[in-house]
Amino acid sequence: MTINSSGLPLKKILILGGGVGGTIVANITARRLKGNAEVTVVDKSGKHVYQPGFVYVAFGDEQINNIVKDERSLLNKNVKLITKEAVKIDPKDRKVLLADGEHLEYDYLVIATGSRIVSEEVKGLKEGAHHFYEADAAEKLRQALQTFNGGRVVVGVGGLPYKCPPAPAEAACQLDYYFTKRGIRNKVQIEFLSPLPRVFPLEAVNPFVTKIFEEKQIAYRTFFNVDYVDPQAKKVYSLEGESVDYDLLILVPPHRGAKVIEDSGLGDRGGWVPTDKYTLKAKGFDDIYVVGDATDIPISKAGATAHYEAKVVAENIVAQIKGYGDLRAYDGKVRCFCDAGFKKGISLSFDYTHPPKPPSTLTRSAYLGKVILNKLYWWTVPSGRF
Amino acid sequence: MAEMKVSRIVDARGSFCPGPLMELIRAVKEAQIGEVIEVLSSDQGSKRDIPLWVSKAGHILLSVAEKEGYTSFLVKKAK
Repeated sequence: MTINSSGLPLKKILILGGGVGGTIVANITARRLKGNAEVTVVDKSGKHVYQPGFVYVAFGDEQINNIVKDERSLLNKNVKLITKEAVKIDPKDRKVLLADGEHLEYDYLVIATGSRIVSEEVKGLKEGAHHFYEADAAEKLRQALQTFNGGRVVVGVGGLPYKCPPAPAEAACQLDYYFTKRGIRNKVQIEFLSPLPRVFPLEAVNPFVTKIFEEKQIAYRTFFNVDYVDPQAKKVYSLEGESVDYDLLILVPPHRGAKVIEDSGLGDRGGWVPTDKYTLKAKGFDDIYVVGDATDIPISKAGATAHYEAKVVAENIVAQIKGYGDLRAYDGKVRCFCDAGFKKGISLSFDYTHPPKPPSTLTRSAYLGKVILNKLYWWTVPSGRF
Repeated sequence: MAEMKVSRIVDARGSFCPGPLMELIRAVKEAQIGEVIEVLSSDQGSKRDIPLWVSKAGHILLSVAEKEGYTSFLVKKAK
């Protein structure tokens, strides 16, 4: 047992996942509880990925090595990093089993395991569709786009839920920009498939995005929830009974929660942890917090969500260890920027009680907000100071 | 009454549209034919979107009930 300067045992904070949420919780708790807690991050890869950069890799504007860093380099020096896979959580005995058989004990567990891509859940998706949600896939899409010289590009959503709800619409706008820059926009038809009754998930913003699509001549089809893809016939079929032909298909793949959640019996049918949307505690547990994609909270799965959730969780763990109990509640805050191409964009900000305000126009400042975040992310967000 | 047995409740109260609809579509996809899902939504847009989707996707909207501060939708997976 490790003890602090007062002779009391150090509290063990164990964080599963070294993404944006896990890293912020680790850094804030390590700073605030210096000498009074042992903070450990367990991450299978030991790499931290800035996932909003994938779409730029696909369109040839970014390189993978600029959006992936060693997790160690982003962590406070008092945080211990274990680059191994967590395979089982035992909440009763407050232990986590690693793939090599090692057990880690905890006083507070933070599940920040993100989501995993499960393309195999939609027949034909892996063979027939591209996406930009993983490094290899973004690179493959970049190559496919480079050699595409005309025809029908279909872009949409292959399964719910998925990370970053605006991403498919953003990709459609980026396609318009990309083919315009290549001088072949008049040879390319872009069609957008939305699983919802509108093109943009946030209703308040939808009329604006629909107008943008119309101006950019991006055709769209609503209530198209992908059932399966036929790569030979180059057709995508919907649960609602429709089909669409394509020459190049880009579909956001379906997501599930992490395997360790499912294997520990802590997830719902999608592998997401039932979580109190205010306290961010796993329902039924007082010592397990959940941040980011891993929760079942029906709000955006995105780094922008994990960012704000992580601060609440970190502050509450600090308060608990200091004996004050939970002090803060998560209010559903999310803020993000969307790049609409041609160096313009929109910014969105909302919470549980305030829907986003509809933008009136695309702005250079929102685009610059995104560019600046992309560049400054590594020095700002993971530290938990911003 | 057996067929009215709710096999899953999706509590999407406090989530803005399309949260409740997305949760319903996800739940319907994961459900077995014949299962009944109850969606609780405090978002006004759900009253329009959920019946529209259920009809287009060929499932059955068993009921829409106004409760205190939210609406309950009972949806049966039909295919």
